[in-house]
Amino acid sequence: MQPFEYARPTTKENAVKLLGSNWDDAEVLAGGTDLLDRTKDFVSSPKRVVSLHAVKEFQTVKVSAGEGLSIGCMVTLNDLAHNAQVRRAYPVLVDVANDVGSPQIRNVGTVGGNLCQRPRCWYYRAGYGLLAQDNGKPLVPDGDNRYHAILGNDGPAYFVSPSSMAVVLIALDAKVKLLGPDGPREMPLDQFYVIPKSTDDREHALKPNEIVTEVTVPPLHGAKTGWYSVEQKEGLDWPLVQAAAVLHMSGKTVKSARIVLGHVAPTPWPSPEAGEAMAGKSITEESADAAGKAAVSKASPLSKNKYKVQLARVAVKRAIMKAAQGGREEHEEA
Amino acid sequence: MATPCKYDWPAPEKRKLIGKRIKRIDGGMKSSGQAKYSFDINRPGMLFAKVVRCPYAHAKITSVDTSEAEKMPGVKAVRVIQGPGKEIQWEGDEIAAVAATSEEAAEDAARKIKVAYEQMPFLVKEEDLSGASGFTKPAVTEKAGDPDGAFQGSDVVISEGYYGIPVITHCCLETHGQVAEWTDPENLKVWASTQGVSAIGGQFAEGMKISPNNVNIICNYVGGGFGSKFAADRWGLACAGLSKDAEGKAVKLMLERNAELLVAGARPSAYAKVKVGAKKDGTLVAWQSESWGTGGVGGSGVPPIPYVFHDKFPNRARTHTFVSTNIGPSRAWRAPNHPQAALITMSAFEDLAAKLNMDPIEFLMKNADLAPNAVLAKTYREELTKAAELADWKKNWHPRGDKTSGHIKRGMGVSMHTWGGAPHNGKCQVTIQPDGSVEVKTGSQDLGTGTRTVINIVVAETLGLPLEAVKVMIGDSHYPPDGPSGGSTTVGGVSGHTRRGSVNARDALFAVVAPSLGSKPEDLEAVDGHVRVKGNATKSLTWKQACAKLGVKPVVAEGEQARNSPCKLNDSGVGGVQIADVSVDTETGIVKMNRIIAVQDCGLIIDMKTAESQVYGALIMGVSYALYEEKIMDHQTGRMLNPNMEFYKLATIADVGDFTVHMMTGPGYDERGVIGLGEPPVISPGAAISNAVANAIGVRVPTLPLTPDKVLAALEKA
Repeated sequence: MQPFEYARPTTKENAVKLLGSNWDDAEVLAGGTDLLDRTKDFVSSPKRVVSLHAVKEFQTVKVSAGEGLSIGCMVTLNDLAHNAQVRRAYPVLVDVANDVGSPQIRNVGTVGGNLCQRPRCWYYRAGYGLLAQDNGKPLVPDGDNRYHAILGNDGPAYFVSPSSMAVVLIALDAKVKLLGPDGPREMPLDQFYVIPKSTDDREHALKPNEIVTEVTVPPLHGAKTGWYSVEQKEGLDWPLVQAAAVLHMSGKTVKSARIVLGHVAPTPWPSPEAGEAMAGKSITEESADAAGKAAVSKASPLSKNKYKVQLARVAVKRAIMKAAQGGREEHEEA
Repeated sequence: MATPCKYDWPAPEKRKLIGKRIKRIDGGMKSSGQAKYSFDINRPGMLFAKVVRCPYAHAKITSVDTSEAEKMPGVKAVRVIQGPGKEIQWEGDEIAAVAATSEEAAEDAARKIKVAYEQMPFLVKEEDLSGASGFTKPAVTEKAGDPDGAFQGSDVVISEGYYGIPVITHCCLETHGQVAEWTDPENLKVWASTQGVSAIGGQFAEGMKISPNNVNIICNYVGGGFGSKFAADRWGLACAGLSKDAEGKAVKLMLERNAELLVAGARPSAYAKVKVGAKKDGTLVAWQSESWGTGGVGGSGVPPIPYVFHDKFPNRARTHTFVSTNIGPSRAWRAPNHPQAALITMSAFEDLAAKLNMDPIEFLMKNADLAPNAVLAKTYREELTKAAELADWKKNWHPRGDKTSGHIKRGMGVSMHTWGGAPHNGKCQVTIQPDGSVEVKTGSQDLGTGTRTVINIVVAETLGLPLEAVKVMIGDSHYPPDGPSGGSTTVGGVSGHTRRGSVNARDALFAVVAPSLGSKPEDLEAVDGHVRVKGNATKSLTWKQACAKLGVKPVVAEGEQARNSPCKLNDSGVGGVQIADVSVDTETGIVKMNRIIAVQDCGLIIDMKTAESQVYGALIMGVSYALYEEKIMDHQTGRMLNPNMEFYKLATIADVGDFTVHMMTGPGYDERGVIGLGEPPVISPGAAISNAVANAIGVRVPTLPLTPDKVLAALEKA
C-alpha cells in the first residue's frame, strides 16, 4: 500500500476537518475490513487515513418507543446484533447484521462501514476503476458478469451495491445523517445511494469531506418485517441477491409494503412495484410470488446473470413470507 | 500361501497398534500453533522478498529497469528472473524479485521496477472449442472393437450427453514458498513448503551451481500441497539467489494468496461429448467420446475414459484434444486426470441407467466385470453392496426426478473410482541406544498423510514398545532419503522402509542379547516392552535391560523400500465407491450436501484414524470442486477474475454435510499389504454429487461446479 498519514481525532468536527476536498486526499477508517484490502491492492491510495475510533459518540445505540432507533456509525455489527433493545424492537436488523461476513468481520465491521463499503466488482477490485473500463472500454457487458447488476444497469455502472444493512434499513425507512465542514445534513437512506454516471462519480451522495455519522430508523408500529438472502454457501459468502420486506398491516390485509432488493443494482433497489403488488392483499404464497414477479418486471439481465432475475423474484417472495411468519431466522441465536 | 519372510507384517492377532484408531502424534502441535511451517520460520536479520509479476496473459518483455528499485531504502538485493526478449505465457509469471529489510520495503521497491511489454494474442477460455482454433492439438485417438456397429445393435439403448469440469487451482492453505539462507558461502539451507524434502535439494543445487551435498532442505510441516509442491520452483531459486546476493542473509519468499491462485497450480479441465450404449439389461456395449481440455500452454492431461472400465470396454472410440491456453501452468492435482474421467464417465453411465430405467448401482454391478482385473471387480461388488447398505439405498433412492411436492428436491448419486498407490522408494535409519531410547529418521514429509504417526506405529509395533518410546524425525534432507509424497505413495513407502529398518534394528539387538537369555537370536521376540524367548515368558528382559547389553555401542540399522525389496509389504490398485445425497432448492438452484458415503479399500491399514481422515479431507475437497471451485478467466483482459478466497470459493464445514467413511478391511484386503490412500477418495465426489443432483431435479447439470446459475439453466431447459 501507499504510505499515508494516520489521524485519530476525538471529535466529529475534527474528523471532518481532517478530510480533503478530493477523494484521494483521505479515507475514513471504521472497521477497516474493506479499506485494508483496497489499500493493499492499490485500489485506494489515500494520503491520509482518518480513524473514527476515538469519537465516542459514534459508538452509541439508542432505542425509544417514540423516537425509534438511532445507531452511531461506529457501532459494530456484533454490538448491534447483541443489543437487547434492538433484538426486541427490530429483530430483522439483528438477522441481517448476523449474516454479514464472519464473526471476525462482525466484531470489527461497523454499521457506517457496511453502508459505505465499496463494491466487490472483480474488475473494480483488479484496478479497472469503479466503472470497470479498460482504456474506456466497459469490461462488464462482454465479460464475466455473473455477479453484476440486473436492474439499474443501463451503464456505465454495472456493479452491485454490496451493503446488506442498507437493504433492510431502507425497507425500514431509515435516514442517514452526514457531517461535513458546513455542518450536518440528513437524507432518506435510499437517496444516499446513487448510480454513478461518470468516472468521477461515487456510488453514494457523500462529498469527499463528509462522513456518515448516524442512522435513524422510525418506530415499526407493529409492521411485519422479513428479510431473505440468497447465498450459495452457508458462511463466508457474498449474497447473490437479497430482499427485505416491511409490511404495514390492517388486520390480515397489507395496508402498505416497502420492499427493497439488494445485490441486484448499483444501489440498494427499492421496488415500489412489489410494494404496490402487496397493497390490499393478504399475505399468501401467491401474493408474495406476484410481488416477486413485479419486483423483477423491469429487470434486464446481462449476458451471464439471468439467473439473478429468478433469485430476486424468489428472494422477495421469501422475505414477504418470512415477514408473515414473524420475520425471524429459523436458527435464532440465544 | 507365500513363504514367510522376516519383514512380513505381524499376523493380525499379534498386532497391538497397526490398524487401530490412533491419534495423529503431531495433532497437538498443529492445532495449538506450535508447529512451525515454512511461513512461520523467522531467522535473525531475515529479509523479505517480493516478486514483480506480469499483468498480461501473453506478452514479450521488451525491457526491465531495476535501477530505481535498487536505490530504495532497505533493499538488499534485486534479481531479474525473466528478462528482455522472454515470452511470458500467463498472468502473474515472475519477472523480477526484490529482497529488503521488511515486507513493506520489498513491496515498495518491487513497484519501482519498470517492465515494458509487447502484448501478444492469448486464449484463456476453452469450454467452447470452436473459439480455440489455432490453439488446439490432437492428443489421443483410440479405437477398440466396432463401436459404430455396436451402437446399431437392435436392443441397444443409447444415451448422449455433454459433461465438463473446469480448471481449478490448488489453493494451498499455506501458500508456496520458502525461507532460504546461505549458512556460509558454499552452503544453502532452505525451509521449504514442499512435498519432496529429499528431492528438491538437487534442483536448488543445480540452480545455484553447488553440490547437492551443500543444500539442506527442512520441512517439518506442509500446509497443503495436493500435487503442486514437487519443485524448487522459479521463486524458490530466486529466493536462494537473493539470499546469496545479500551476503547469505535469510530471505523469506512466500507467495501472496493471489499469486498462489495465479501461478502455483491449475488442475486441467476436461469437457466431453459422449455417446454410450448398453443392452436393455444394462450390459455396456459401446462408447464414443470427443473430449478436450487445457492445462495451460503445455496442453493438459488425458482423462482415462471410459473410466475404470477403459481397458476391457468392448467397443470404444475416442479422441482427446489439447487446448493450449494462457491460464497458468498445470500441476498435478490429487489423482491427476481421474476426477475428470470419473465425472465424464460416471455421469454418462448414470444418464444411460436413467434412460434404461435402471438403478445405477445395479447398472454398475452388472458391468463390474469390465474392471481391469478380477480382484478389482470383486472389490467393486463388495463396495457397491456396502455403500448401498450404509445409504439404505433401496429405501432412499428413487428413479430420476424427486416427485414429491415442494421446491426442495432430494437425490442420490453414485460413482466409483480406482487408483494405484504403490509405495515410493525410500530409506530410513533406526537407532537403538544402550539406554533403550529409539529414534527413526527419514527424509520424508507429512503432506497430511499422517507420516509421523504411521512411522511411529510401525516402529513401535515392530519393537514391542509403546508409541511414546519412539522418536520420529522427518522433514530434513540430511536424513536418509525418502521419495516425494505424490500419487498415494507415502504411507506405503514409509511403512515399508521403517518396518524393514526396525526389523533390522531389532534383529541386531537380538544378536547381542541372545547369549544372556541363553537363546538364539531367531528365537527371541520383542513384545510389551520386553525382549523374551518365544514361548517362554520366564526368559525375559525388560527393553531397558536388553538395550543395556549393547554396552556403549548403539544399534544403527537401515531400512530400504525399493522396487525389488525382499518380502512383499505392499500392493497397488484400489477401488472405491461413493454415494452422495443432496437437496436442491429448485427455486434458487442452490445445492446442499446432506451426506456422502465413502467406501474405500487401501489394503492393510496402519492407522484407521488417519486413514479415515484422509478420506474426510478428500470429501471436503470433493464438495468444494463439485459445488464451488473454478478458475474464472476474463477473455477480454486475459486475467483471472477470482485470485482470492472471496470469489474462489471453498467449502466451509457448514457446507459439506455428513460423511460416512467405511474402510474395507479384513480377509481379502489386509493381506495385500499397505496401499496408498491420498488420491482415490477425491476422485468420485464430483461425479457422485453431479449424479445426485440429476437424480434430485430430473435433469443433468452438465458441468461442474454445480452453481445456482447452471442448476437453474438446466431446470429451465428441461
